[in-house]
Amino acid sequence: MKPCWSCKGPVKISALFCPTCGAVQGPAAVSHFQRLGFELSFDVDIKRLDQMYFDLQRQLHPDRFAGKSPKEKALSQQQATALNDAYETLKDPLRRADYMVHLKGVDVLPEGCNLVVDQSILIEAMEMREQLSAVETLADLNDIAKHSKAEIDKVISDLSAAFGGQDYEAASKLTTRLKYLQKMMGEVRHVRARLMT
Amino acid sequence: MVQVLQILEPGQIPDPHEGETDIAIGIDLGTTNSVVAICSKNTTEVIKDEDGGALVPSVVAYAPDGSAIVGELAKRVLLSRPDSVVGSIKRLMGRGPKDLKSLGGQLPYDLAPQGDDDSQLVRLNVGGHTLTPIEISADILRALRERAEQHISAVIKKAVITVPAYFDDAQRTATKDAARLAGLDVLRLVNEPTAAALAYGLDKSAEGMYVVFDLGGGTFDVSLLRMQKGVFQVLATGGDAALGGDDFDHAIADCFLQQRHAQVGEETLSSGDVKVALMTARLAKECLTQTQSGEWMLTIGEQTTRHSLDLAAFNDLIAADVKRTVKICHEVLTEAGFDAEDISGVVLVGGSTRVPLVRQAVADYFGCEPLADIDPDQVVAVGAALQAEALTVGSDTLLLDITPLSLGLETMGGLVEKVIARNTPIPVAKAQEFTTFKDGQTAMAIHVVQGERELVDQNRSLARFNLTGIPPMAAGAAHIRVTFQVDADGLLTVSAAEDTSGIEQHVEVKPTYGLSEDEMTKMLYDSMANAQDDMQLRLLTEARVEAERAMNAVTSALQADCRLLSVEEREAIGEKMDALHHVLKSQDRDVINSAAEQLDVATRIFAEKRMDKGIRDALTGVDVETLSD
Repeated sequence: MKPCWSCKGPVKISALFCPTCGAVQGPAAVSHFQRLGFELSFDVDIKRLDQMYFDLQRQLHPDRFAGKSPKEKALSQQQATALNDAYETLKDPLRRADYMVHLKGVDVLPEGCNLVVDQSILIEAMEMREQLSAVETLADLNDIAKHSKAEIDKVISDLSAAFGGQDYEAASKLTTRLKYLQKMMGEVRHVRARLMT
Repeated sequence: MVQVLQILEPGQIPDPHEGETDIAIGIDLGTTNSVVAICSKNTTEVIKDEDGGALVPSVVAYAPDGSAIVGELAKRVLLSRPDSVVGSIKRLMGRGPKDLKSLGGQLPYDLAPQGDDDSQLVRLNVGGHTLTPIEISADILRALRERAEQHISAVIKKAVITVPAYFDDAQRTATKDAARLAGLDVLRLVNEPTAAALAYGLDKSAEGMYVVFDLGGGTFDVSLLRMQKGVFQVLATGGDAALGGDDFDHAIADCFLQQRHAQVGEETLSSGDVKVALMTARLAKECLTQTQSGEWMLTIGEQTTRHSLDLAAFNDLIAADVKRTVKICHEVLTEAGFDAEDISGVVLVGGSTRVPLVRQAVADYFGCEPLADIDPDQVVAVGAALQAEALTVGSDTLLLDITPLSLGLETMGGLVEKVIARNTPIPVAKAQEFTTFKDGQTAMAIHVVQGERELVDQNRSLARFNLTGIPPMAAGAAHIRVTFQVDADGLLTVSAAEDTSGIEQHVEVKPTYGLSEDEMTKMLYDSMANAQDDMQLRLLTEARVEAERAMNAVTSALQADCRLLSVEEREAIGEKMDALHHVLKSQDRDVINSAAEQLDVATRIFAEKRMDKGIRDALTGVDVETLSD
C-alpha cells in the first residue's frame, strides 16, 4: 500500500490507477514479466504478449493524457516507457534469455568479449564468418542464412529446455551462442545488400 | 454539510476554460505545400481557401517592414522580387550551411554570416531581414492557424503537427519551436507516414502489414506498420531527410541550365535566378506527370531560352533518386525481418508519388498496385486532424511509434557508442554510467549524436552537454548516471545524477543546430507583442488544471470515505473547497495556487485516516504474503 499522489488515499503498489480518484500512478518496481502479466518463464506466447502490451498502452500511453496536468503526463510517460522496455525485452528471445539469466544472477558476457570460456562458440563464429566472406552468389548466401536460422531455432528450443530445467549455466552458454548467431544474421543482411547492388 | 456535497458534484464544477475553444487543428507542414485540417465528431475537413484550394504553398514573401505574406500570393512575388521570397524552408530546419544543396554553384538562398556563438544553425537574408528557418516556418504556421481560425470563427491555440518520420531531434525541435513562435501549443508531433496510416486505417479498417511510402517535396520516409483493431504499431522506419521532389526539380533545372549554357554562354547566376530556374523545372515536372513531352521557357535577365524535355529523358534524370527510394524500402523490410510478399498494402503519400516512374517502381517492388485513393497531398493533414481530435476529445485508436535513428555518445577516438537503437518504441529511456578519469574532476563534456554510422563525424551532431558540479573524488570513484529520455514526440531530454552522492547534475544544453533557450525567449518577445501575456496565460491555465485536478481528487475521496471525518472536519474541507472553487476563474494564478495549497493542508488528516483505513482493510482476512502487493 502507498498513498495516491493525487487524492492521498490508499493504493496498491502495483495499481495503475487510484481506485478512488482514478489518477494514474507511477510504474511499480516489478519485473518485465510481472509488468505484462506473465509468469517468469522463457516460453512466452507472442500473441498474448502483444495483446497485453496493447491493452496496457491503451490505458497508459501519453496520448491518453494530452489534456491532463503536467504530473499526470509525466507519470504516463514513465508508465509507457516501462511498458516499452518490458515489451522489447520479452518479445525478442535473445533479450528475454539475457534478462532471465541476469535475473537468476548469472551474467552473460558481452558479445566479442575475449573471456568467452566456451571455445566451441568462438570456433563456430569464426568458421561462419569465414564462410560469409567467401560468399559470391545469393544462392550461397541463402544457404548460410537457412543454416543460421535453423541453428537459431534449435538454440531457442534448447533454451526453453534449459530454463525449464532450471539449468541457468547451460542457459547462459546458450544465450552467448544465440548472441553470435544473431550477429551472424545481421552480417548476412549486410552481405545481401552488398550482393544486390 | 449537504451544501458541501452539492458543490462537490463533479458535473457541477464549471469549465474554467469557457470562452476558449478547445479545438485542436492538424497541420501538415510540408516542404512545398502545407495543409491544415480540423476534425470534429469524427468528420475531418481539410480547410480550403475561397478558390477551393487546400494546399498552401510553403512560400513566404517578406515586405520591407518585416510583415510576411504566405502561400499563393508569395509565390507570385517570386517572379518579380525573388530576393524577398523564400521557399522549401523545411529542408533547412535544424540544419547548417554545409547541408545545403547548390545549383550551378549558387544556392537558392542568401545566407547570412554565422553568428559568433557555437550554434551552426543556418540564417538567411530575405528581403532585408535576417531570419532563421524557425522564424520563417513560424510565419507559415501562423498563416495556417489564421486560415483555420477564420473558418471556424474562433481562436485556436492547439495543434498536432506532422514531421517526416526520418526527422532527427534537431529538426523536430526546430519544428516545435516554430509552433511556439506561432502561438501554437503542440499536442503532439506525429510522424507523417503514421498520420497517413491513421487516415487510411480508420477509413478502411485495414488489418495486416502496411508500408507507407511518403515522397514529399524534400523528404522521403518509408514506414512499416502493423495495423490491427485500432492499433497502429510502427515496426520500422527508414528514409532520407534530404530526398524528395525538390531533387527532381534540381535535376531538371540542372539540365535546363546546361542547355542554356550551350546557347548563351557563360553567365553569373544570382540566387534569385536560381529560384526562377527551379520554378520552371517544377512546372516541367508537373506537366510530365500527365503528358509525354513539352517545351518550357526560361527567362533570366533579358534572355529567354527554350527547353524541351520528354518523359523518357525525365525518367533518366530521376532514375538514381527513385532507385534509392526502392533500396531504402528493401532495407527497412529486411531489417524488420519481412519480405515484399508479406505486405498487405502500400499507401502512397506526398505529391511526388504522382510522378509515373515513382509509382511504377513501387508497384514493381511490392508486386501490388499501391493505394492512393485519399489525395496524397492531403492525407497527412487528415491524419493529423484525426489525432488532434483523439488527443483532445479521446479515442480508441492507439498510435505506437518508434525512434527513426539511433542515439549515441562520442567516446574515445571519435567513435560512437549507441545508447538507444533505432526502431525502438517511444517513449523510451536508457541510462548510461560514466566515471571521472582525473582526481578531483568536477565537470565532464558529453557529445550526443544521432545516426547509424560508427564515427562521430559521419553522424548528426545533436548537442553538447556539460555536466558540472560533480563532487570532487578520486578518479573513477564518481558514478555519473546520464539518462536519455525520448518522449512520444520523438524529442530527447537528458538528465544526470551522481550515484554515490545522489547529487543531481546540472545539464547545460547547447544544441548544435538549434536555438538556445535564451534566444528562443527573445524571439518569442520580438515576434509577438503579447508573448509575455501568452506565457502568463499558459501558467494560469496550468494552475487551473492543477486546481481542478485537486478538487476532483478530494471529491472522489469524500465520496468514498467521508464517514471517516467528523462534521467539523468535513466542514473545514468544504470551506477550502468552496474557497478554491470561487477563485478558479481568477486571473491571478497565485490566488488559485494558494487556495489549492490551503485545500491540500486541510485534507492532510483526512489522507492519514484514509491510509490507516486502507491498511486495516488490507490486513483483514489477508495473509502477510500478499501485503507487499
